[in-house]
Amino acid sequence: MQLIVNITVLAAIYALLACGYVLIYRVSRVMNMAHGELAMLGAYLLYTTASLFTDHPVGAIAAALVLSLTVGVLVYVALMRKMTGQMVLAAILTTIAIGILLRGVIVLIWSAAQQHPLQALKFSNPSIELIGGARISTCAALMVLATVAVYTALFVFLRFGRWGMRLRAAGQNPLLAAQRGINLNAIYALAWALSTLTGSIAGMLIALDSGLDQTMVVIGLKAFAPALVGGLDSLLGALVGAVIVASAEVLAIHYVDPLLSDVVPFLVLIAALIVRPWGLFGTREELDRV
Amino acid sequence: MSRSPRASGYFRTSYDQDLALVQTRLERTSLGVFIAALLAFPLIASPFQLDLACQVFLASIGALSLMLLTGYAGQISLGHAGLLAAGAFTVGILFRETNAPFWITLPAAAAVGGLLGIIFGLPSLRLRGLYLAVSTLALHFVVIYLGGEYEARRGFSTGIVVDPPKLGGVSITDARAWYFILLGAAAATLLVCLNLLRARTGRAWRALRTRETVAEALGIGVASYKLLAFVISSAVTAVAGALFAYYRGFVSVEAFSLFLTIQYLAMVIIGGMGSLLGALLGAIFVTLFPYIIEIGLLALPGAQRHASLLFAVNYAAFGLVMILFLMFEPLGLVGMWRRMQNYFLLWPFKHRRAGGSRG
Repeated sequence: MQLIVNITVLAAIYALLACGYVLIYRVSRVMNMAHGELAMLGAYLLYTTASLFTDHPVGAIAAALVLSLTVGVLVYVALMRKMTGQMVLAAILTTIAIGILLRGVIVLIWSAAQQHPLQALKFSNPSIELIGGARISTCAALMVLATVAVYTALFVFLRFGRWGMRLRAAGQNPLLAAQRGINLNAIYALAWALSTLTGSIAGMLIALDSGLDQTMVVIGLKAFAPALVGGLDSLLGALVGAVIVASAEVLAIHYVDPLLSDVVPFLVLIAALIVRPWGLFGTREELDRV
Repeated sequence: MSRSPRASGYFRTSYDQDLALVQTRLERTSLGVFIAALLAFPLIASPFQLDLACQVFLASIGALSLMLLTGYAGQISLGHAGLLAAGAFTVGILFRETNAPFWITLPAAAAVGGLLGIIFGLPSLRLRGLYLAVSTLALHFVVIYLGGEYEARRGFSTGIVVDPPKLGGVSITDARAWYFILLGAAAATLLVCLNLLRARTGRAWRALRTRETVAEALGIGVASYKLLAFVISSAVTAVAGALFAYYRGFVSVEAFSLFLTIQYLAMVIIGGMGSLLGALLGAIFVTLFPYIIEIGLLALPGAQRHASLLFAVNYAAFGLVMILFLMFEPLGLVGMWRRMQNYFLLWPFKHRRAGGSRG
């Protein structure tokens, strides 16, 4: 029972991070290697706002969310906009460079020591007993709820929203979309903003649950596996991929070797690439984008 | 290396001249002066400067091999640190387990590298671009995990100590000896790359990068040349890793993080894609960069307060420089160098004559 709970929580983390990769890839065919760092930045922003508004935890969270949205837009407008239409390698390398830059800046501002936004928000994190004797911490439960909420919202937005439709159109065929009067720059900025927002939500919840330091970058990289296993342009795929990768990881840790935890997602990733490079639910595209 | 006619009125009249690596007298003299300067450098350099030079040579070997793969054959690899680690760990493990001398461990490292090259390269037969980058990234983590597992299992939890190599009963510990060994290794790598690139292999790789379908139509075995690029590049990289292990006398997985891969990629990017000179310039730039930052930071008032921030400043500045190069100078340092050359070649004019020979 505890295993299932662990898998669910880890899958929620992965799914929440993976949908950021999917959003950006689906719209602009860029793989955002700085996603882990952006998620970490979101968590640190929450830490700062929590220390600023000590009496209003809700206000602090809202402010942090708005800030992370702004960060996403800024990253696109200031940096990635110049990379549209360039080689894929150049775009990937730019995101890597953004990641390194962010890592340095974060340490400069907040220092490398572990921080605890939970205490700054004056929340407590009691564990809840579920049926079957399994335990789950409140923040982890929140994580699962947040994942469900984010995915539902994204689904409704992409399916029925006006801007969601534009987003899908831009992903399908940018040229046609532009000719139909869709502002591609705004669409790309929106995708970056949403991706950073969901990533930051994941980062904040991880930080609330288990403290905040530089290791979050690794989680961000590992979350790339579910996105690719499920198919880089499919949100449903990201969800399924997250469950697959999380179960593989939790089972490997439990039955084989705890040291495996950093490798298993990548092993699953390699297996997926060998069998079905375009992912479980992804559209089979011509893999020629260099 | 350019095969185009020269602006100066130097014309080749025999095939020997056409094949020669160094062509005009000016090139010969400047190369001679450069080599003499390199050979004389250890006589005047401080131990710290010698160490820097050795690091640059090691980085150049790795950067040259990555340039072959990414800059010429057009295959993206994010697994470079994994390959370096493989070479270093081959040395460490062979030395610890069998006490093997360096003339066994170095070829063994090359063999392991070549083998890994096939494994790293196999996905490239099916995947391109982004997916290839991801699969090599995944393999990087697998290699690092295996290395860490070995360290943990055998009880070398902090790393493996490797004794300096022995040549005729004398162990090589002198910094100057290392300088010449690494200089020789880097020069040999450069020569191998130069000759590979102007032969059939290099032309095939360039064709591959430009357009695979056309390359295949021209009769180039796409699969075998792709694998060849991975094998050669990986073998050279593994040897660089092995030399690194001997030079440092210490192997640990911590030294081969993803950041190392990014540094090597940065060398290729900052130096300039598709140019061996670029790989060398990039290696120099990226290796010396943290030291320049350190000097700059210590020159600021209240230096001691900043000392603890050095690591973070390094990261931030490195990321910033990479972004600036990607956005404003995609051709890298080589692009700047060429522009400068052109400026002097064309002076007092500003632009090339339309349709004229390339400068």
